Amino acid sequence: MKGCLAVYHREVLILRKKLVKQVASMAVAPLLYVLAFGLGMGRHVEIQGRSYLEFLIPGLVAMSSMTQAFAIASEINIARFYWRIFEEFQAAPIGSMAYVTGEVLAGITRALLSVLVILAIALSFGVVLSYSPAFWLGVVLNSFVFASLAVGMAMLVKSHADQALLTNFIITPMAFLGGTFFPVDQMPSWVQKPLGLLPLTHAAHAVRTAAFEGAPEAFPYVLLASMGVVLFVFALFCVNKAKE
Amino acid sequence: MKRKCEDLHPAQWGRNPRNGTGWIAPEMIRIENLTKNYKSVQALKGISLHVAEGELFAYLGPNGSGKTTTIRVLTGLAAPTSGNATLHGFHILRDTLKAKRQCGLVPQAINLDQELTVRENLEIHGRLFQMPRSERKSRIEELLDYIGMKDRKDSPVKHLSGGMRRRVMIARALMHSPRILFLDEPTVGLDPTIRRKIWSLIKRIQQSGATIFLTTHYIEEAEFLAERVAFLDEGRIVAVDSPQALMARLGTWALDEMVDDNMETRYFQSRGEANAYIARQQGSFSLRRVNLEDVFLSLTGKKVLP
Repeated sequence: MKGCLAVYHREVLILRKKLVKQVASMAVAPLLYVLAFGLGMGRHVEIQGRSYLEFLIPGLVAMSSMTQAFAIASEINIARFYWRIFEEFQAAPIGSMAYVTGEVLAGITRALLSVLVILAIALSFGVVLSYSPAFWLGVVLNSFVFASLAVGMAMLVKSHADQALLTNFIITPMAFLGGTFFPVDQMPSWVQKPLGLLPLTHAAHAVRTAAFEGAPEAFPYVLLASMGVVLFVFALFCVNKAKE
Repeated sequence: MKRKCEDLHPAQWGRNPRNGTGWIAPEMIRIENLTKNYKSVQALKGISLHVAEGELFAYLGPNGSGKTTTIRVLTGLAAPTSGNATLHGFHILRDTLKAKRQCGLVPQAINLDQELTVRENLEIHGRLFQMPRSERKSRIEELLDYIGMKDRKDSPVKHLSGGMRRRVMIARALMHSPRILFLDEPTVGLDPTIRRKIWSLIKRIQQSGATIFLTTHYIEEAEFLAERVAFLDEGRIVAVDSPQALMARLGTWALDEMVDDNMETRYFQSRGEANAYIARQQGSFSLRRVNLEDVFLSLTGKKVLP
């Protein structure tokens, strides 16, 4: 337990050192989407009885918590391939469990920070939704899924360039297709099926339902939690494999 | 834990480097038939070695001979392919976490968090080794004093010079008061003045009771620091003894002589014998004392330096 806090403490220290830069960079993409789609294109568009801007915000929350939780992979990679600090963890008397837990917690922390940034942006445009426990649970479970995936992937890749490829092929497409910018149920059914396999689709649905004060459904939460557990175990396996 | 030689298999006898008696000090590092394969490369081909408590042991060999691999296996960064090793009695595979607690590791490449300060780097190490807060605090002060960097504790590592970073690496490895300190090429790339500072720091650490296992390809470093050295060549240990004993096997004087564009070296017990040889021959000679490099050359037929 103390070992996992040590790993977490290090990530938080590093995050704090460049907090202003990080928060600014977390704000760039959502701000652009809000300006381009929310205010530009979506001014006169209504979806599910809400303005497009209101529809967009929970989608951005789901998307941003995914990308920021997954961004922990880049941090791990830099520590591993560039600074070789991963060896400090390998030589320390802590198990893989402590390491993975610490890094996943760090990923969730980053994700929560980015969500706060988005809610602040929303507020500045006069949008306030319902940020209930169901909303936050959706965010945390979504971050848990992608932070666990990130730790596992960071162990599998052989270089920083591979990591960038992975983000490009997995995260970016999911960010656009997973119910962030448009309602999945308005798509043709042959598109809906594959999109239903993406965790982000369910996260966006859960977060949006909570934000619009709808009755929370159990299914997306159970699904995300189970996927998170599976990916966490996958990460543990990968960390053990990373030893020469 | 003192044992007599008689209790042990003859292969395990060792001279106590401290007092030269047949008693051996408690064993800190024991390596038995250790092998390590990386895909098709056999990096270690069956290494057996014993290092006594408080000993300063140097591991010498050319680049690629398996020095770093040995340290990586002992400190838990790499898994052995076969064989056993214990650190202060803890098996590196069966008692991994306890074995890891015994050792402090200073890898060859600087692997500090550059963005973080000296104090923060030490602090994280202390947390990783589950030291209580008050102990971490006092140990950081103590170590910064020890390495002479008290005034730099809040400097980010990226602002430090190479020699300072190296000292911080050593302080970090000492943070949890390990019994064994592994130093992988501790002075590589440092200028001579700084190198001597690091040497005296290593000597001081040994005097405080720690066992030190260092790798180097600088012959003079091993000659100056080590009580015993092992020569490693292509994954095998070719000799283990004190530098003095190894050199005495060859003689006292070394005579370098150019023969058909190749340098050949002859060894003599006394200067008189060497002079007598020179008197009989023609050519250009240079006479000097035997050093550890001669030992390595005569054992393997190659230069230590890459």
